[in-house]
Order: sequence, then C-alpha cells, then structure tokens
Amino acid sequence: MSTASISLSKEPLVRFILRRADDALVLGHRLSEWCGHAPLLEEEMALANIALDHLGQARALYTYAAEVEAAGLDEDAYAYRRDPVDYLNVLLVERPNGDFAHTIVRLWLYSAFMSLWWQAMTGSKDAQLSAIAARAVKEVAYHLRHAANWLVRLGDGTAQSHQRTQMALDQLWPYAGEMFTSQPDEEDLIATGIAIDPETLRQAWLTRIMNEAAQALLKMPTAPFSQQGGRSGNHSEAMGHLLAELQFMQRTYPGAQW
Amino acid sequence: MATPRFPLWEVFIRSRTGLAHRHVGSLHAVDVASALEAARDLFTRRNEGVSIWVVPSASISASDPAEKAMMFDPASDKIYRHPTFYEVPEDVGHM
Repeated sequence: MSTASISLSKEPLVRFILRRADDALVLGHRLSEWCGHAPLLEEEMALANIALDHLGQARALYTYAAEVEAAGLDEDAYAYRRDPVDYLNVLLVERPNGDFAHTIVRLWLYSAFMSLWWQAMTGSKDAQLSAIAARAVKEVAYHLRHAANWLVRLGDGTAQSHQRTQMALDQLWPYAGEMFTSQPDEEDLIATGIAIDPETLRQAWLTRIMNEAAQALLKMPTAPFSQQGGRSGNHSEAMGHLLAELQFMQRTYPGAQW
Repeated sequence: MATPRFPLWEVFIRSRTGLAHRHVGSLHAVDVASALEAARDLFTRRNEGVSIWVVPSASISASDPAEKAMMFDPASDKIYRHPTFYEVPEDVGHM
C-alpha cells in the first residue's frame, strides 16, 4: 500500500457517486469534531450518531464507486488517498463547525435537501443506488427532524440564541445553492433515470426551509447563492485542514490497521 | 444540569412487541420532544427497542426508603402467597 494520491476517475457514474459520498464523509467528519465538545451529553451522542450515519452512507457509496470503477481501489483509497482538488463535495459541508447554531443550521439546510434527494433516489434505475437510498432515507429523516427541532428551540429561544442562529443562517445561505447544481457529465445519468436532477427538488426544499425558518422566527436571507466550486474541486482553505486531520494516519503509516 | 429548564426524565424501553416497557435510565432534556429524541439516541442505538416512553422524573412518586421495614418486611414470611403449592403442567413452560 502506498501513500501516493490516487487520480480521479473520468467515468461519470463513479464521479456522481463520489460527489455524494464526499458530501457524506466530510459532513460526518465535521459532526464528529463535536465529540467531547457538545453543549449537552445527550446532544453529544446525538451528533455522534448522526456523524456515524453519514460515515455509513459514505462507506456504502465508496464501496459501490470502487466496484463501478473496477481499478482495484477500495473505500479507504477514496477517503485517505485523494487530494483536496479531487474531492467533489459541496462547500457547505466543509465549512468549519462554528458555534452550535452554525452546526445545526448547516445540518438542517443539508438534511432538508438530502431527505428529498434520497427519497427521489429510491426510484433510481441503478439497483445498488436505490438500495443505499432506501436505508439512507430513514436516517436522514431523523437528522432533519433533530436539526429542525433544534432550529426552532434556538431561533425561538433567548435573544442570544436567536441572534446566533440568524447569523448562522445568513452566513451559510450563500453556500446552499450548490446542492442544486448538477454537473455536465451527469446529463446522461439523469436522462437514463440513474441519477436525478437536483434542481427539481429546489421548490420543495425552499418551501420546507421557509416554513421551518418562520417557526423559528428567523428571517430568510436574500443573498444570492454565490459560494460554489466544491463539486469541481475548488475548495476553501478549511478543506485542506480537514483532510490533513482525516488522512494523516494513513498517509503516514500506509495500510495501518488496528 | 437538572435546572427547571433542563428537567430529568426517566426512560422506558420496550425491547420487543409483547414485552413490557422496562426502565433503562434517565436523561436531561428541555421538553418531551427532545427527551424522546435523546432517549432514542442514548438508549436504542444498538437496536434495543421498538417503543420508548419518557416520563418527567418529578412525576414519579417513590416509596420512602426509611419506611422499607414497614412496607416490605411483612411480605417476607407469607409464603402462602406464592403459587408454589401446585404442580405447573410441563407444557405451560416458563411462568
């Protein structure tokens, strides 16, 4: 086993799977950073559970990507031996955790989208993706409920919790739009019913977000969705630091197991 | 952190259909919705249950440990209250 980075497959289906696997891995990693730091013991467990759900989704997707690519790679190769420029996750999930409100608002924006996405993907013509979706759709339903419940508590809580939650929403909003973009190499996959066009989920997502934001007494941001680039490998500085921590063990001791 | 805003809740889990809910522990939560969520995350993550009850600990009235002798000792020599004076047919199984 070597520490050399792997190169990114050009195969559209592999890339499509990796984009979603990377979203799950990176958000799972971010959530796991709360271990030992969560505001309540109970919430510590909840965030760790949600992080593990994402890790599980990432593993299932990486394993399937490896099968499709058939280049002798495995889930660990994708996770530990890819450079930041070859990671294809949206920028939203790599944002630093910030305060608790920030973490909750991001989980809420993302889960509201992913619950629709996984639901739609249960109808994928690709049997493996549809099976992964069938499991993930139950997990994400709980993530969304957990995040939305906290959102209302924080938004409709104290003056300070409201102000922090509103600030988190304002700061994260420009990143939300990237979830609805599809890439040129996904056109055929969408046409053949293997993938779905995330743009078709935008209205349902927005309706839900506006409804829950109103319950949480939050003002909807008006800023445009200006922050994009993760899907094509243009990441923020935060991504390098995240991968340095995530990958250093395997990069330093290739193939280490315990 | 058992403040009025973070009351204590007792958690009961039913592990299978047909069994009774059993007390498994307690947790802190602001209200019933988050108590149920926390109970799910704390006590059912290894497939322990199919149903959860949460009850505010303050709603539980307990017997006084100081009255243990009065409450429970009188039952200890009433062996005739135990159904041990007849044979349980074999096919009844575990009772």
